[in-house]
Amino acid sequence: MQSEIMFAGFGGQGILLIGKILAHAAMEEGFEVAWVPSYGPEMRGGTAYCTVVISDRPIGSPIIKNPLHLVAMNGPSLKKFAPTVKKGGIIFINRSLIDFGADRNDVDEFPVSVVEIAKDLGSVKAANIVALSAFVARSDIVPMETLKHCIKAEFSEKAKLIPLNMEAIAAGEKAARK
Amino acid sequence: MAKVLMKGNEAIGEAAIRAGCLNYFAYPITPQSEVAEYLVRRMPEVGGVFLQGESEVAVGYMIFGAAGAGERVFTTSSSPGISLMSEAISYIAAAQCPAVFVNIMRGGPGLGGILPSQADYLQATKGIGHGDCRLLVMAPASVQEAVEMVMNAFPLAEKYRNPVMILGDGLIGQMMEPVAFPDHLKSEPTNKDAWATNGMDHRKSKSRNLVKSLFLDPVQLNDNNLQLKAKYERMRAETVMSESYNTDGDYTGLIVSYGTMSRVCRTAIDMLKAEGIEVGMLRPQTLFPFPEKALADAVSKPSCTHVLSIEMSMGQMVEDVDRFVRGLLPVSWYGKCGGDIPTPEEVIDVVKERFA
Repeated sequence: MQSEIMFAGFGGQGILLIGKILAHAAMEEGFEVAWVPSYGPEMRGGTAYCTVVISDRPIGSPIIKNPLHLVAMNGPSLKKFAPTVKKGGIIFINRSLIDFGADRNDVDEFPVSVVEIAKDLGSVKAANIVALSAFVARSDIVPMETLKHCIKAEFSEKAKLIPLNMEAIAAGEKAARK
Repeated sequence: MAKVLMKGNEAIGEAAIRAGCLNYFAYPITPQSEVAEYLVRRMPEVGGVFLQGESEVAVGYMIFGAAGAGERVFTTSSSPGISLMSEAISYIAAAQCPAVFVNIMRGGPGLGGILPSQADYLQATKGIGHGDCRLLVMAPASVQEAVEMVMNAFPLAEKYRNPVMILGDGLIGQMMEPVAFPDHLKSEPTNKDAWATNGMDHRKSKSRNLVKSLFLDPVQLNDNNLQLKAKYERMRAETVMSESYNTDGDYTGLIVSYGTMSRVCRTAIDMLKAEGIEVGMLRPQTLFPFPEKALADAVSKPSCTHVLSIEMSMGQMVEDVDRFVRGLLPVSWYGKCGGDIPTPEEVIDVVKERFA
């Protein structure tokens, strides 16, 4: 069983980071993982995306043209990648920045206003963690407890940010469950 | 052993330290600059040295200097940077000094692009520098294998007193995968007193060591080349590595592929199997010496009708594949350059069109 998750948005949204945290959590759960960034000649404010491959056996091709799930953090990413998502996958949409849909009827389209949620928590910077948490809660791809553990590990050198990120996790989970 | 999630480039830097190499000289170039970013922080923690040269040409000779003094030393670069080091690599090979070069390949020729490529195969295995010099070349297909190859590279370089190259494509450097740094691959630098210019004070031998690549006497130069040739023959006999996939049963054709490309092929082979089409694969882990015997064995299977070299290049390794298949079976090539890595679906189409 293999899942591929593409995280896409623009530079500065923390796209690569949330992909890495998910890959770490899946590794902690005993899965084979690969985190593959886009590293083309992108400029600041340009597109940023990464793919996380999670498998219960050694991963063959780490290059994924058709991911199972998509976390789209801005409009251009949704437009570009929504058609590539496999049937039955989840398309997470950052409703705060994207006012249109995936235009698919064979996927689980899941919009959340992550920027507003993060602002309510006190920092717009936590929007990526809200998105990650909401996606993980919706997909059950790793346990929430493992995700929390990996976020604490990621921010271990900036410990003062951990409480905010734990609130972001709770808010993301709540958005997915309601 | 606990695994950590690391980017290939960072893992390569850490692997060198774990292998007891405390000297890293480099000049940044995408897609491997994270090695330097990692080691500029990490080397001082372990009492090592990171020195950024003013160019790759300078770095090549810094490596020569440290290697000549008997120190474990390595550098990392990407295709155009390796070309700039090639003069020094030839000198280091001629002077029979050990050093490790990592080439995280990007597309070429010229400045090319920054995306993954395997277009430096011929350069690494046959044309790394002028004169009759060769490198031992290892090609990892995962971050874990890159770590193990880097850790092995130092003792191998010392065993043969010859530069060793790790030839990875950009994806191996950029990708994050779980890695462990195996304790059994740690090694101590060997005693180089017999040849290194490391000072007379602490040595028993009072003979003078001289590191040089200039031999104006034709007999001496020929002798040096015979010594080098004998080492390359020893590498062929002792240090060939390859891995086979889906070759236990019958297969209609054999794919030869290495590095990231071989992983795409593995996925394609699994998908073909699900359709009832059996295809085997040979993945060279050393490119020089090339696993010629493993290839000969794999193509001797009666069911095998075709050999297909799949590369992120315009057809470089296929020249070796063709050479070692020795006309026994048709050999063909498929590949792409520039960073657009062929997909499993493309590999499947090519397999079906050529032999299945």
